[in-house]
Amino acid sequence: MPGFTLPSATLLAQSVLSGIFVGALYALMGLGLSLSWGLLRVINLAHFAFAFLAAYVCLQLATHGVDPLLTLLGIVPAFFVLGALLHWLMTRFRMTTFNSLLLTFGLMGIVEAVIQTIWTADFRKLESAYANQKFRLGALFVPVPELITLVLAVSLALAIWAVLRFTDLGRALRAAAEDAPIAAAFGVDHKRNGLLLAGTCAALVAIAGVCIALTATLAPSQMYAWIGVVFAAVMLGGLGSAIGPLVAGMLIGVSEAVTMAVTAPSWAPIVSFTLLIVVLVFRPGKAA
Amino acid sequence: MSKATLAILVVAAAMALLPLAGLPAFYDALLYLMLHWIVLATSWNILSGTTGYFSFGHGAFFGAGLYTTSTLLARFEWPFLWTLPVAAAVAALLGTALGAVVFRVRSVRGELFALLTLAVTFVVGTIVGNTPIDGGQGVSLTSVPVPHLGPTQSSTFYLLALAAATLTLVVARAIFFSRFGAGLLAIHDDEDAAEVMGVPTYRYKLVALAISCALAGVAGGIHALFLSYVTVGEVFTITVPLTVVLMSVLGGTRHWAGPAVGAIAITGLLYSFTAADHAVAGKAAIGAILIAAILFMPAGILPRLQRAWRSVVRRGAKTSAGVAPSLAAAAPPPRASPATSAGDVVLRVSGLHKRFKGVRALAGVAVDVRRGEILGLLGPNGSGKSTFINVVSGHYTASAGEIVFEGRALAGTPAHRIAAGGIARTYQIPRPFAHMTVLDNVALAAMFGGGVATPRDARAAALQWLDFTGLAAKADALPDELNLHQRKFLELARALASRPRLVLLDEVLCGLTPSEIDDAVALIRRIRDQGSTIVFVEHVMRAVMALTDRVVVFNHGELLAEGNATEVMQRPEVMTAYLGKAHAPLPTAAPPSAPSEERAHA
Repeated sequence: MPGFTLPSATLLAQSVLSGIFVGALYALMGLGLSLSWGLLRVINLAHFAFAFLAAYVCLQLATHGVDPLLTLLGIVPAFFVLGALLHWLMTRFRMTTFNSLLLTFGLMGIVEAVIQTIWTADFRKLESAYANQKFRLGALFVPVPELITLVLAVSLALAIWAVLRFTDLGRALRAAAEDAPIAAAFGVDHKRNGLLLAGTCAALVAIAGVCIALTATLAPSQMYAWIGVVFAAVMLGGLGSAIGPLVAGMLIGVSEAVTMAVTAPSWAPIVSFTLLIVVLVFRPGKAA
Repeated sequence: MSKATLAILVVAAAMALLPLAGLPAFYDALLYLMLHWIVLATSWNILSGTTGYFSFGHGAFFGAGLYTTSTLLARFEWPFLWTLPVAAAVAALLGTALGAVVFRVRSVRGELFALLTLAVTFVVGTIVGNTPIDGGQGVSLTSVPVPHLGPTQSSTFYLLALAAATLTLVVARAIFFSRFGAGLLAIHDDEDAAEVMGVPTYRYKLVALAISCALAGVAGGIHALFLSYVTVGEVFTITVPLTVVLMSVLGGTRHWAGPAVGAIAITGLLYSFTAADHAVAGKAAIGAILIAAILFMPAGILPRLQRAWRSVVRRGAKTSAGVAPSLAAAAPPPRASPATSAGDVVLRVSGLHKRFKGVRALAGVAVDVRRGEILGLLGPNGSGKSTFINVVSGHYTASAGEIVFEGRALAGTPAHRIAAGGIARTYQIPRPFAHMTVLDNVALAAMFGGGVATPRDARAAALQWLDFTGLAAKADALPDELNLHQRKFLELARALASRPRLVLLDEVLCGLTPSEIDDAVALIRRIRDQGSTIVFVEHVMRAVMALTDRVVVFNHGELLAEGNATEVMQRPEVMTAYLGKAHAPLPTAAPPSAPSEERAHA
């Protein structure tokens, strides 16, 4: 590998920290995807488009002086409805898992075109009170927007985990994913639960979108750049799991950041995919 | 040469004359792009459309070809045309290496394969971008001379793409109508059943992937020179795989020409949008078309048209009656075996163990099957009967023990070899290939297990077997249109078409009505009469009594009893295990068939 250098301890620690932050965003993006795939048998590529749509809406509102975090109050319910509507359409047409992948890819193209028409294909950056805030923690810098992302990702993942684990709704969802007809025979209303879950997934990914708006520069075509690495996190973490994507996302984030620090930034993509391939091929039971 | 292949060549030859007409260069470019996408979409379909293993890594294989040609041109100054075979070889090598690893893992199917191949795109892209192959700045080919094939530079690219598209379509068509293609299509519907019918699934997937990659590599090589400046960011994207998936799904993946139809439609559409300066609207339109196609035409344009055409042709034709095995139908004998004297041991199983993690499904059973006999295999649910069949037919590998068929050890032999070697099986719950007609279902078995070389001969042989089982009237129906009785008989016809010397029947009578059982019993007797040995797993005691020469009884994975059916069923230990009642009196002449009836309704 070219440009192999051993970085200083501080630099390494700073990379690990930034890896955790990036990983939190991967996890937040992957959370809805994992639940949708694992519990609803829908591979929803439209999630990436939803995230960017939410990010642009947040950006638009922020230019009118609204605090980016306050926009969540409007964005979360709106995307909940959007997600539930999409799921209703797919259940009406009895989508297979694979067709859901193709259909939501088509939707992704449409949303990309809509975003491009409204906000142009140029790169945009959200200017807000949080944008350049950071504080020192020992020798390390902690940027505030990234910290917000991390807090959101961890608390949402834990909340979802608790709901799936300890509530009747969670048990019903897991039962229906195992065997929908049997679950229905025991009185599980999978249609209603499905809509609820699909809406929640879309709302989660919209929150991830707001985090993207806080931490990154936006361009409509960028939505495709997230697909590979987020899928890697979802599959490493295990489908239908809430904590899995969080752990896997951070693992990927940290290994990418360290790889970038040790070699060159352009080598980063190889990390997540190599991890994914190795896990899939040698421990297929573990992932997905 | 077939009519369709001839038509492809004639059209291609006519199109090759087009540059002489002196069209404006931008037509050349548009036609080039159409042909380019025809190559990519059709080549993708060779593995992914036929087998259902959707590859999202076509961009990687295309890119491998593209960078091979670029490197050879820019760095080693090879003449352009010589780089194309190398581009094909490099892409095929990459695909084969990937397939050799991925296809070995049984659990990697469908969606997982799609995402794995997607990952490969980015891994290859990263490697190319970070090594001197690209170096991060891209490779410029502006100083490379373009060969003079056509009157202008743009017409040269057009002719190159035309040649590649012709080659690809001819290859794709040949595959679809070959034994190889039939095997690939069977993998799509039911990979395990295909393997048991004798399709070497691993090898077929690998070869299909290699061919698919090689053709994508050629398209990449041509496209390198067309672009004249190549960068990693433009090549190793998700655009190539998603576009080819879109084109193939739109046109129809189960037809050799489907992807080409999709490619022409999408390229034309995109072009009309970009020409009118509505590139963004074009993107949205593509998305909308994909959604509409998935919702309303999941099989694609071409199959939809074909179906409409066929229903017009077929209207008013035969309304078929139920199943009535024609007793007159002559059955071809099984293929000659090394030793044909009756009564010797054809299958010897000894010390057979099969464990699933903690569960012992078979715990050291020993069974001899003699040539020409019907051996009943009995036992309560969970006693290991189906596991026995699954191990002997090669679906499961034995944990320990020996299986010797006609003097050859079978342990560890892949299922397709066992099928070709003369053992056939049926499934308790029929597993027909859902997208193939009844005739093609049987023809597949004739081709792979039965050693018939060409699809045409296989169909002829299959027709005989359909006649034998009384399904001839349903030859053109899809399995979905059959009732359970007919589906069971289709299982039998498929097993027979491989002309086995040993047939393993897994509860063929389960779920049938008494009169249907009578039909089936008569049929099974005729199967034995035409020379096959039969192992008969069954709960319907009436049929067991009527058919079997000998029975063995399994309980908890062990051999409990062996001997004449009437005598064995009266042994107290068998009654305890099998009926669950220790002292139930068992009439000798008409044993109870009640348990089986109950099971049928359960």
